[in-house]
Amino acid sequence: MLKKFKNKIKILFIYLIIIISCNNSVAEEKVSLLKNKWSFEGIFGTFDRASLRRGYQVYNEVCSTCHSINLLSYRNLSEKGGPEFSLESTKNIAASFEVIDGPNSEGEMFTRPGRLSDKFIQPYANVQAAKSANGGAYPPDMSVLVKARGGGANYIYSILLGYEDPPEGFNLDEGVYYNKYMSGNNIKMPNVLSDGLLDYEDGTEATVQQMAKDVSTFLTWVSEPSLEARHKIGFKVILYLIILALLVYLSMKKLWSRVESE
Amino acid sequence: MSEEKFVPKSKFGRWLDSRLPLLTLSHHLKDYPTPKNLNYWWTFGGILTFCLIVQIITGLVLAMHYVAHVDHAFESVEHIMRNVNYGWLLRYVHANGASMFFLAVYVHIFRALFYGSYKSPREVIWILGMFIYILMMVTAFMGYVLPWGQMSFWAATVITNLFSAIPFIGESVVTWLWGGYAVDNPTLTRFYSLHYLMPFLIFGLVILHIWALHIPGNNNPVGIDIKKPSKDTVPFSPYIVVKDIYALIIFLIIFAGIVFFVPNILGHTDNYIKANPIVTPTHIVPEWYLLPFYAILRAVPSKLGGVVVMFASLFILMCLPWLDTSKVRSAVFRPLYKIFFWILVIDVVILGYIGANPPEGLYLLVGRVATVYYFVHFILIMPILGFKEKTIPLPVSISDPVLKNDSITNDNR
Repeated sequence: MLKKFKNKIKILFIYLIIIISCNNSVAEEKVSLLKNKWSFEGIFGTFDRASLRRGYQVYNEVCSTCHSINLLSYRNLSEKGGPEFSLESTKNIAASFEVIDGPNSEGEMFTRPGRLSDKFIQPYANVQAAKSANGGAYPPDMSVLVKARGGGANYIYSILLGYEDPPEGFNLDEGVYYNKYMSGNNIKMPNVLSDGLLDYEDGTEATVQQMAKDVSTFLTWVSEPSLEARHKIGFKVILYLIILALLVYLSMKKLWSRVESE
Repeated sequence: MSEEKFVPKSKFGRWLDSRLPLLTLSHHLKDYPTPKNLNYWWTFGGILTFCLIVQIITGLVLAMHYVAHVDHAFESVEHIMRNVNYGWLLRYVHANGASMFFLAVYVHIFRALFYGSYKSPREVIWILGMFIYILMMVTAFMGYVLPWGQMSFWAATVITNLFSAIPFIGESVVTWLWGGYAVDNPTLTRFYSLHYLMPFLIFGLVILHIWALHIPGNNNPVGIDIKKPSKDTVPFSPYIVVKDIYALIIFLIIFAGIVFFVPNILGHTDNYIKANPIVTPTHIVPEWYLLPFYAILRAVPSKLGGVVVMFASLFILMCLPWLDTSKVRSAVFRPLYKIFFWILVIDVVILGYIGANPPEGLYLLVGRVATVYYFVHFILIMPILGFKEKTIPLPVSISDPVLKNDSITNDNR
C-alpha cells in the first residue's frame, strides 16, 4: 500500500517539475508586477459584474480612441459570464456607434447605427493608419491582450499604474514615456488615466487605481469570455472524476482480491 | 502461446470467424494472459491509446471550424474559442491534450528503460514505439504551427531552416518544404494537411505496436520470462482493464485540472500574438516536450553538427536493444543500472531546462555537458555495465518471492 502511494508521489513530483520548468521559461519579468486580488482567480473565480461594466465604460471612453477589440461583438456584452448588460441597453450601446456597411444596390458604402451582431468598431481603418496617428507605434488590438502578456491582468494593471518621472540620467526620446513595468521602461502610450477622468455610471469614484482595476478585469473577460463557464464545468468534471475514481478503485480492489488471495 | 483454440458458439459466429477471425481476435484480446504483477507504470499504454483517440476526435471537430490561411488562421482559432459551442473546451483539450500525450509517452518510455522492456524478444515493439514517438513529435510540431501565432511562425521558421544544413541541396530542400521562399501560406496549408494525416499513421503504428506486443506478451516488473497462461498471469479482461481504467481516471483528473483551471500554463504567451514575419520574438522556444532535443541541437556550435547530433540522439534510442549487453531486464535486479537510470532521467530534465533558456554562458556549458552525458550513457555505460555489473539473483517465477516469504514466516513459527 505504502509503495503504491510512493509511486503516486513520484508521478506528482515529475508533473510538478515539468510545470515549474515551463513556468520558469515564461516568467522572465525583471521588475515584479503589481499584484491585485482578482475576483476571477482561483477554482471558483467569477468576474465582478459591476467592475466589468465600469471596465467597459473605461475602455469605451478612454482606450477605444486608439485600441481596437476586433474579435468582440456588441452582442457579447449581454451574454452570460460577461458584463451582462440587459438586451435593451446592449442594443442601445450598439446603436450609439456608426457602422460602415454596404455596398448597397447602387454599389455605395453607407453608415448605419450598429446592431448586436456587429463587431466592435475600430478606431483606425488599418494598422498603417494606427501607426501614423501614434508616432509609429501600433496600439495593439485588445482581443487577446491579457493572454498575450506574461502576468496577464496584473501586467495591464501594472502598466497603467507604472508611469513615473524617469530617473536622473535616463534619456527619453520625443513622444516616449517612462514606465516602470514596460520592458526597457520605454512606452509610446502616454499616461491616459487621471483621477476623476470620467464619471462612473454607478457612482463609484473614478480613481486611477479603480479605473486600472476595472479595465484590467474587463480586458481579462475580453480575452477569456468563457472563463466563468470553464470554472463551473471544471469543478463538476473533477468532482465527478474523483467519485468515479473512488468507485472504480473499490471495484478493482474487490476484483483483484481474488487473485491476491490465491 | 499455449492458448486453446477458440471456437465461436453461434453458427453465424463460426461462419464469420472462418472468413474473418474477428471473434477470435476479440477473444484473444479479452483472454490475453498478462503478468499479474504489473504495476501502475504499465497503465500508460492504455492512457496513451486514450490520448490518441481524444486528439483525433477533438481535432476532427476543430478541423470543421479552422481556416488554414495566413490571414484567417489566428482569427479562426479565436472564433472557435468564442463562437463555437464548447469550442473553448475542444481547443483547450486538444492543445493541452498534446502535452498530456507527451507526459504519458515519456513515462511510458522511461518505464521501458527501467524495466528493460526493449530487450529481446521485444526489440520490434521498442522500435515501432520509437517511430510512433518521432511521428508524435512531427505531428505536435505541425499542430503548434496551425494557430499562426508568433511562436507558431517562428518555430516553423527555425525548425524548417534546420534542413538548410544539409550540404549542397539544403537550400533547395527548405524552399521545397516551404513551398516558397519563406514560411507562408503554402507552408501553413501543407502543415495542416500533414497534421491531419499523421495521427492516422500513428494509429496504424499503434496497432502494429500492440500486435508485436501480443507475440511475446508483456514484460513485467521482475523482468523474467513467464509461462502463459499460468499462475503468474491474469486474463486481460477484467483484471488489467479495470486497473487501466482506474489509472486513466487519475490521469484525467490532472488533465481536467489543467484544461479547466490553467489552460494556458503550458503554452507561450507570444502565441496569442498573431504571426508577424518582421518581428522576431526575443526567445524562440518550442513546446516543453521538445526542449531536451532543442538543447542538444544548440549544444553543438555548427548548424549541421547540431542537426546530426539531434537526430543521432533519437537514432541511438533505436539501437538500445543491442547497446544494452545485460541479460537481466529489470533494473530491480541491477543495482548499478538503477543509479545510472535515474542519472539519465535527471540529465534529460536538465536538458529540458537548458532548452528553455538562451544558449549562452553557463546554460550553454551545462547544456553541452548534459548532451555529452546523454550519449555517454547509451554508447559507453550501457554496453560496459552489461559485462561489469553484478546483478541480484532472479526469482524463478513471479509468485516465487512471495512463496519464499511465506516459508520464512513458517520457519519462524
